[in-house]
Formats: sequence, C-alpha cells, structure tokens
Amino acid sequence: MKYQSQLVAQKYFIAALSLFLGQILFGVIMGMQYVVGDFLFPEIPFNIARMVHTNLLIVWLLFAFMGASYYLVPEESERELYSPALANLMFWIFLVAGALTVLGYLLFTYSELAALTFNELWPTMGREFLEQPTITKVGIVIVALAFVFNIGMTILTGRKTVVSLVLLTGLVGLAVFFLFAFYNPVNVVLDKYWWWWVVHLWVEGVWELILGAILAFVLIKVTGVDREVIEKWLYIIIAMTLITGIIGTGHHYFWIGTPDYWQWLGSIFSAMEPIPFFMMTLFAFNMVNKRRRDHPNKAAVLWALGTAVMAFLGAGVWGFMHTLAPINYYTHGTQITAAHGHMAFYGAYVMISLTMISYSMPIMRGKVANSQAAQTLEMWSFWLMTVSMVFITLFLTAAGILQVYLQRFTDTPITFMQAQEKIEIFYWLREVSGIVFLIGLIVYFISFFVKGEEPQGVEA
Amino acid sequence: MKETFTKSMARNIYYGGSMFFLLVFIGLTYDTHQEIPKRDNHEAINEVVALGKRVWEENNCIGCHTLLGEGAYFAPELGNVYTRFGESTEALKGFIKSRPVEGIPGRRSMPQFNLSEEELEGIAEFLKYVDGIETARDWPPNIQG
Repeated sequence: MKYQSQLVAQKYFIAALSLFLGQILFGVIMGMQYVVGDFLFPEIPFNIARMVHTNLLIVWLLFAFMGASYYLVPEESERELYSPALANLMFWIFLVAGALTVLGYLLFTYSELAALTFNELWPTMGREFLEQPTITKVGIVIVALAFVFNIGMTILTGRKTVVSLVLLTGLVGLAVFFLFAFYNPVNVVLDKYWWWWVVHLWVEGVWELILGAILAFVLIKVTGVDREVIEKWLYIIIAMTLITGIIGTGHHYFWIGTPDYWQWLGSIFSAMEPIPFFMMTLFAFNMVNKRRRDHPNKAAVLWALGTAVMAFLGAGVWGFMHTLAPINYYTHGTQITAAHGHMAFYGAYVMISLTMISYSMPIMRGKVANSQAAQTLEMWSFWLMTVSMVFITLFLTAAGILQVYLQRFTDTPITFMQAQEKIEIFYWLREVSGIVFLIGLIVYFISFFVKGEEPQGVEA
Repeated sequence: MKETFTKSMARNIYYGGSMFFLLVFIGLTYDTHQEIPKRDNHEAINEVVALGKRVWEENNCIGCHTLLGEGAYFAPELGNVYTRFGESTEALKGFIKSRPVEGIPGRRSMPQFNLSEEELEGIAEFLKYVDGIETARDWPPNIQG
C-alpha cells in the first residue's frame, strides 16, 4: 500500500461482504418460497424478501465501488485521499441508513414504512429496485455527492490517469442518473420511461465504466503490462459500451406504451451490447498472456479473468438471447429475465467487486498476497460460487422456456399459476444450486482467516 | 491492437461516440414524449387512479407481480388483469379483499393488505387504467399475461 488513506477501503469492503451474505440468505429464502409457497408466510412475504435481496445487492455493490475507488484513486493520483475523515464519516452514515432501511422492511409492513417515512409528501417508494423510503434516497444522494466530491478532489489535484478519469465519469454518472429516482408521475408510461434512466443507464451504462476502470487497474497491477496498452483497451471498450448501450435502453421500451420505432432501435443497438463484453474478455486474457511479471496473488488474477468471462456470458450472451423484440414479445417478464439478471449481476458487478477485494485486501493487511493455503481456499470459493451461478442460470432458463411455451406460445395457454406448478422441478434444482452458492460464499469468508506462509515479493 | 490505432484515436471514439449517441437518445426521448399521449390512456387518469397508484406502490405490489412485464416473476402479470377478470373492477376488489390472513398451506398466496373501500376502488381503477394503455402488438401476448 503506497498511501495510508487507501486503508479507508478496508471497512467498505468488510461492510460490502457482510451485506452480500445477507443478500444470499434472503435469496435462499425466496428460492424456497418458489417451491413451498407459504414458507415464512405471513412473517416474511415474498415481496419483502425480494426487496431485501435486491436492495442489499445494490447497497453492497455501492459499498464495494466506493471501497474500490478509495483504494484505487490515491494510488492512481499519487497523493493521499482528499479527506479520509469525510470518507469515514460517509461510511457510517451509509451503513446506518442502509441498516435502518432494511430493518424497516423487515419490522414493519411496507405500507406502515411508507406512512412512517412520509412517503405521501414526495412519493417515490414501491418501484422495483427503488423501494427505499424517500428519506433514504435523499441520504443516498448526500452520501454519493460527498463521495464523488472526495474522489473528484483527489483526482483533480493529483496525477490524472485514464483509469481514474474513467472511474470518475462512471461515478458522476451514477450520482446524476440516480436523481431520476425522484421523478414519479402518475402516468405509468412516463414513470416507466424515466425509471429506466436510473436502472438501465446504471447497469448497462455508467456502471460498466466503473467495472472497466477497476478491471484495468487490477490488470495493470497483476500483469505489469504497459499502462498505455491497457488504457487504449479501456477507452475502446467503454466507447463500445456507451455507443451500443445508450440507445440500447430501447430494449426496455418495447411494451410499455412507447412508439413502435423502439422495437427496431432497441433490438439493433442492444444486439450489439455483447461486443464490449467480448472485447473485455479478449482484453483480460491478452493482458494476462502478455504479463511481464507473475504476481503472487493468483486468486486475484483468477477473479479478474472470471469477471471478463462471466460478464460476457451473463450480460452479453444471456442478454442477447431475449433482446430482439420478436423474441422479447414472448419472454418479457418471465424466468428468462430472472436467469439473465442473476448471471449478469454476478458476472459483471459481483465478480469485479470480489476481484478488487481479492487484490487489495491482502495488501491492506500488510502482505503482497495471501498464503498458498488461503488462496487455494479462495479459488475453491470462486469455483463453487461461479459454477453454482451457472446452474442457477441454466435452471431458470429451462423454467423460463417452459413458462413461455405453456403460458404464451402454445395454442392452448394455461394460467400463470398452472404453468408455475408444471415447472416446479426446475425451481427445486435452482434452490439446491443456491445453497451451493451459499456454501461457496461461506468458504470465501473462511479463506480470509486461513494462515500460512505468505509469499514474498515487492508490492506493486 | 496495431500501432496505427493509437490511444488518442480510441479516446476520440469514446468521447465522440458517446456524446453523439447521448444527443441522439435525448432527441428520441423528446420525440417519444410527443408520441406517448396518443397511446398512454392519460384521459383515464383522475384522483381515484392517482390514489390507486399510491396504493399499488405503498404495498409493494411490484415485489411479486409484473406490470407490463416489469417487476417480480412470482405472481401473475397485471397489465391485462382487468381484461382477465372479465373487465370487472368489482371482481378485482373482491379478489384482493378475500385473501386469507394466514395464507394457504403449501401454496403461494397474496397477503391480506386490509385496504379500505376507497383504496380498493383506487387500485381497481388504477389496474383498469393500465389495461387501457396501448402497448405495441397489444402486449401481453394473450389473456394469461
């Protein structure tokens, strides 16, 4: 570790991983509710479990992105963080706000929480992924602004690199597009149109900039390849991301009352969205092949390569599978969507977070890499989580294809609930895969506490 | 990548390309907003529907259901539920009202939300309004949603 203030990142990562565990526990609960409908009913209805599952995901990824930024930016800028005290303060505000919100979901009914937080004054609750009380959303904005200010000041008063500037663009975009969460008209078409400016322009837009910057940083560190080469790749990847992804928003404008031309625009542009992900895969493997050094942290290299492959499969291939309007006509809002969502989020954003954590945590704990024993266990967790996520995705895809056929494609469609019962076997298999994922996560946690002889080497 | 393709070329594609498509997207957004009023059934929006949308949101209906395909996939699509329920707001209200508090053993069941008559009227009118939105190819594909 070159700068003392990078250490701020450590607590962000610990919080992120703790919330990750919570997310997976609720995922397993929901998976159970898919097959045993009254599991934990009425104490934890499905909608509450799902809200906790998705909101914890978003919050822990934000913690991880912030931690990654606090670690990466001082090193890139070659100076201490502008204000470590502000970073620490924001950590506690964000953690307390996040914890209170999740407790609110679990201890009250959602309508009680809405009343308690004065939702009627500025109603923003009850929309997918944006279920947080308005007051929490205001808190998110404050934390995000303070964070972007802190990171921005560090970058702008230090050495400016492509990696840090791309990261900053992504973070500013994240903060700006979140503001659309406050626009909630009664008109459902308009509501949905602008809701996607948060959701799509985050995950298929600016978050990919953050992902690209973190991946580039880790690859510079672990491969020793010339920065010029890596930065050129980064530029061209994020160029393709935004060129395809911005108009690609149109694949969400097929069936919500928007004009028909979106069927063409959305199909064509989003069909190209896999290109940047494929380039990312080429990029990662090329850089590792051309490495000028063998970094002792093999686990971090594995996570980096895993990110590139799984993001391409989950976001690229599984996204493409149902993005053309004539296909999406049948698959929209079915288990196909769920399958894609799971592998895309895991492959792109979970794995890049774990890549950064894997690379930086040993350094923050005073060693260049973990012991061989610890790394071996960490790699076990990589395979357990990644393979079980592949199976979750495959089982949901199978369920989705059958659902589409039974409920929409056949000449004699059956009702939603009848179709759900017919595909139950796949939900059981998904639940088993989910439990394997949980085991993989526990193995991952254990790997942090495995001792052993640590590899010697210079920190880079 | 070949040396003839330089970093500054890559940077220019990034800045130029993203700015261009962002502007195109903003232009399309403007045009879309000119077109939306022709098909969004806004004539049906009134105070009752507005209350209904609040009820929809404040009970987190989207946490189980999809509405025009967006939401969770645990419970039926509701963009055409008004049609599926025989174009009867009374049937919608009756279904919501009759949900058992303790659920149904072994099966998925909608929670009992204890809505007032006014709220029930709102949510039913809201679902009727959404059903009237003119979606492309009249999505969802059939009555089952």
